[in-house]
Amino acid sequence: MPEPMGFFTDTTVCIGCKACEVACKEWNQLPAENGGVRELSGDSYDNTRRLDGIHWRHVRFIEQFKGPYDGRWLMMSDVCKHCVQAGCLEVCPTGAIIRTEFDTVVIQSDVCNGCRACIAACPFGVIDINPVSGTAQKCTLCYDRLKVGLEPACSKACPTDSIQFGSIAELRARAQKRVEQLKAQGVDAHLYGAEPSGPLGGLNSFYLLVDKDEVYGLPHNPQLPTRNLTKSASWSVASAAVLGVLALVGLRKRRMDEHAGGGAGGTGHAS
Amino acid sequence: MGSNMAECHPVAFRWPMKAKLNGAKLIHVDPRFTRTSAVADLHVPIRAGSDIAFLGGLINHVIHSERWNKDPFFKDYTVHYTNLATIVNEDFKDTEDLEGVFSGLMGYKEPDFWPYNGFLGRYDNKTWQYERGPKPPGPTTEEVIKQRGSFDDLLRSLRKGTAKSDPTLQHPRCVFQLLRKHFSRYTPEMVEQICGCPKEKFLRVAETLLENSGRDRTSAFAYAVAWTQHTYGVQIISCCALLEQLTGNMGRPGGGIMALRGHAAIQGSTDVPTLYHSIHGYLNAPSAVRPHDTLRDYLAAETPPTGYWANGPKWMVSYLKSVYGDAATPENDFGYDWHPKILGDHSHMACFAAMNEGKIKGAVIVGQNPATSLNGTATRRALRQLDWLVVKDNWLTETATHWYLGPEVKNGEVKIADIKTEIFFFPSTQIAEYDGSYTNTQRMLQWHSMAAKAPGDCRTDSWFYHNLAKRLKKAYADSKLSRDQGWKNVTWDFDPDPGETPLYPGEISALKVLREINGYATGNPKQHLKGFGELKDDGSTTCASWIYCGCFPAWDQNLTARREPDPPGVPGAHLKWGWAWPANRRNIYNRASADLNGNPWSERKRWVWWDPNFVNPPDPKTGKPIPRGKWVGYDVPDFTLTMPPSHQGKPDGIIMEPLSGTDAYIMRPEGKGWIFVPSGLVDGPFPTHYEPHESPVQNLLYPKQQSSPVHKVWSQGKPWNQLAAPVGDPKYPYVITTYRLTEHYLAGAMSRWLPWLSELQPELFIELGKDLAREKGIKNLDHVIISTPRSHVRAKALVTDRIGVLKVAGKTIHHVGMPWHWGWMGLSTGDVVNDLTAWVGDPNVSIHEGKAFVCNVERA
Repeated sequence: MPEPMGFFTDTTVCIGCKACEVACKEWNQLPAENGGVRELSGDSYDNTRRLDGIHWRHVRFIEQFKGPYDGRWLMMSDVCKHCVQAGCLEVCPTGAIIRTEFDTVVIQSDVCNGCRACIAACPFGVIDINPVSGTAQKCTLCYDRLKVGLEPACSKACPTDSIQFGSIAELRARAQKRVEQLKAQGVDAHLYGAEPSGPLGGLNSFYLLVDKDEVYGLPHNPQLPTRNLTKSASWSVASAAVLGVLALVGLRKRRMDEHAGGGAGGTGHAS
Repeated sequence: MGSNMAECHPVAFRWPMKAKLNGAKLIHVDPRFTRTSAVADLHVPIRAGSDIAFLGGLINHVIHSERWNKDPFFKDYTVHYTNLATIVNEDFKDTEDLEGVFSGLMGYKEPDFWPYNGFLGRYDNKTWQYERGPKPPGPTTEEVIKQRGSFDDLLRSLRKGTAKSDPTLQHPRCVFQLLRKHFSRYTPEMVEQICGCPKEKFLRVAETLLENSGRDRTSAFAYAVAWTQHTYGVQIISCCALLEQLTGNMGRPGGGIMALRGHAAIQGSTDVPTLYHSIHGYLNAPSAVRPHDTLRDYLAAETPPTGYWANGPKWMVSYLKSVYGDAATPENDFGYDWHPKILGDHSHMACFAAMNEGKIKGAVIVGQNPATSLNGTATRRALRQLDWLVVKDNWLTETATHWYLGPEVKNGEVKIADIKTEIFFFPSTQIAEYDGSYTNTQRMLQWHSMAAKAPGDCRTDSWFYHNLAKRLKKAYADSKLSRDQGWKNVTWDFDPDPGETPLYPGEISALKVLREINGYATGNPKQHLKGFGELKDDGSTTCASWIYCGCFPAWDQNLTARREPDPPGVPGAHLKWGWAWPANRRNIYNRASADLNGNPWSERKRWVWWDPNFVNPPDPKTGKPIPRGKWVGYDVPDFTLTMPPSHQGKPDGIIMEPLSGTDAYIMRPEGKGWIFVPSGLVDGPFPTHYEPHESPVQNLLYPKQQSSPVHKVWSQGKPWNQLAAPVGDPKYPYVITTYRLTEHYLAGAMSRWLPWLSELQPELFIELGKDLAREKGIKNLDHVIISTPRSHVRAKALVTDRIGVLKVAGKTIHHVGMPWHWGWMGLSTGDVVNDLTAWVGDPNVSIHEGKAFVCNVERA
């Protein structure tokens, strides 16, 4: 079995060139939205705005300024997190979503029936329907390239190595070193999703961030859709028990009523 | 500075980011906070066009700093490797003496035969020369020319006396003292006033530069067209070169100036040029308005007698042999008389100015989209005066469709029926659809092979020119006219050899073109030349471009196709990856990476050094023994390989003879880097702060000289090139700069038709600050009208703090910016931003001032 593979995205060296977005679309032959004819979003240099069925990479632009020229411009290339505990995979009713030998999460288009359960189940809002195929789609971590020993198209195209591809163990070590280097320079950096003990068992696409997770549109404590199952299950058990008791009471009452009625009526039945 | 490298050169920007990870400091000085600023350690906002004030401030700070005056490194480098100690002619007068102009300023009158040169004035540079000893005796140049003497005799006649110098730097007319005076008023306070950047930020830059210059550390500057597109663009770059020499950063690893070219092979297009004013390898084009009557006249006017450029006769003769082949003989000056001569400025704007006046009948536009460029309204007007127009491109660009979709036609100003031009469109191949070579910004040639066949009937540019040349050859074959003799004698042999299959029917052999550029022994094309050291001035060598000589040193050795990187962990000149001119050298003037004795300045900055124990083989030509010792290193040394550091030159010699073992700048006649520039620049020997042609403020340093006295204005007074008042025109109160985005490419032909790129930046916008937006009641995404005296355009507002107000000369100046990629064709469309720009430009290279002018902004 190959090792678990994934991405480490060091947002501090991202230059927002969007080469990852274009390389992804080219390799995976994803269509441009409305054939490329669109309106300016007005949200900094981000005209992609989200991850969905035809945008498997999305570069965020976050302008943080106190006044003219006084501030910083954060950039981050977002993608499917390839969660170790993947909500999409759990809820998929057809078995279209699988965990591969690289420990990545892939939707098999030919098995997907477009039921949208995974779209609701993803805590990061990564998945959506690709209007061309009519099925749910997202980053495959270039499964077809990995199969033949190539790295994913986006990390290959990234000129500054903001997106790094490799074995999760090696990437985690590299990421930890980079955090220490930045901390020594006085930069308040932290990793998101690099801890196997963290939410979702760790993310096989994890990030180095220099601001709160939410600033980058990442939930601070992402959860599986099945997270409430224990609670609701216990409620079910409890309600079942209550119902059972009520049923018993009801039954007894009926029998008592029957009994009383018989006594009251005194005649008719010979039971 | 002058570059938004992360956005416009994202692939090359990999390396500054690697350096940053290794601890390098990255500083971005720019009017906008861009994607480059976002990852820099420090962003310093300055007003567009104020770069010389900023760099001049750095120069003034450096020469008064304790570090520069106490660390002997700086004096060792500058006194021996540059002309800092050289004494200048006593007639020279500085801008400090003449209130903003140098000695030698004259008026300018356009000649009748080509009145499109645009100069506002001209300098006679005879007072800018060095103070010299007596001229060595010998025949005069006129005598040598008259007697058709040898080219070496011609060089001898051109010698001047030895320049005087004062290594103590005390002489009042030595370059150092002149420099001190020239920049004495470029103080941090003045920088703050002119550039609008806080003094503290300027001082942080100055201190960082000083801390990172010296034996152990080097600093590099990267610039792009934001330094060139000014009426003093060349002087900005010259100012940086001055600073880099002064701080001992030139010729050393991690130092120097990176000229980031505009696109993938633009370096190649100036090396083997599509330029009007130079022929191959930066030799000046023969001119009808210079004393270029005969080959010897040309060489006398264009060749310095000493330094490596003095080999010019060998390069020129070998070039003429390449053009005219067997017809070029010593008797007919190798066909020099057949060579076309220029009449003056035939650059883009000069030609379009002439076109506007009906002086140009036809145009072939290839890989360019002038309908969206430089004062687009005037440019499209010029195109409408043509009899015929050929457009060869991937798509029907704005230039191909201006006659029925241009804004003037759409708004009814121009009627299609009134346009007389016949327009031809040729569908073109893309770069991946043929073989050829790129020359990148590092001067490196990389061969590429065809990846896919072109669709339909698309043809390559080489196919087009090859077949055009063959038809012209045929058309002139029987002509008896003397003016057609050049065409009759041109050699044109680029058809594939028998057995070689062309990529497309009628296509050339690209390899054959590279062989011709590399050069070979005349009469034996299979015997390739190994380097430009083999070139001769007697016609025995044929070489189209001397600087590329050596890229193809044997019939089967195309070095540009090499792809062998150095292993990780070594200093890495990557000499086996492609081939860089000159002589596969990656860092030019690299003799300066060693100290006076030839040792590396420091272990950390080791690059090229003198190995005194190297055993040389005997001279292959004479068989004489050569003493021990050789220049060696990681790179190809830029020096005479066996000349020891202690070598003393022969003062009366020619070419390399007068140069000594410490004369590191071998292309300069005296072997020293030019801090003071006695010739070559038409607008002054020292960089001087001038305001852009259109500016909101007066020139604070030289109130009597607002802008460069010799810059260019084409079509002066014509309605199609109207200009704002030179200082603070109230109708146009804001500074505007134009630029590119990562998502689009130049005029858009390679991006606006591509859905994946169009969706990333789908519409034209203007970036403006929150203060201006508030003042004008403009909200994000509102439509606004941007106007200049030339035109007005409509765009959506992108309101941001990444651009904004600057305090300049006590005034609050709003700064706005617009990307210029758009036009009316393609998927992503928008108004033509270049319609706002003016036909004003640099007097050295005729580039327009697209980076700093004034405008008004109103809500639509």
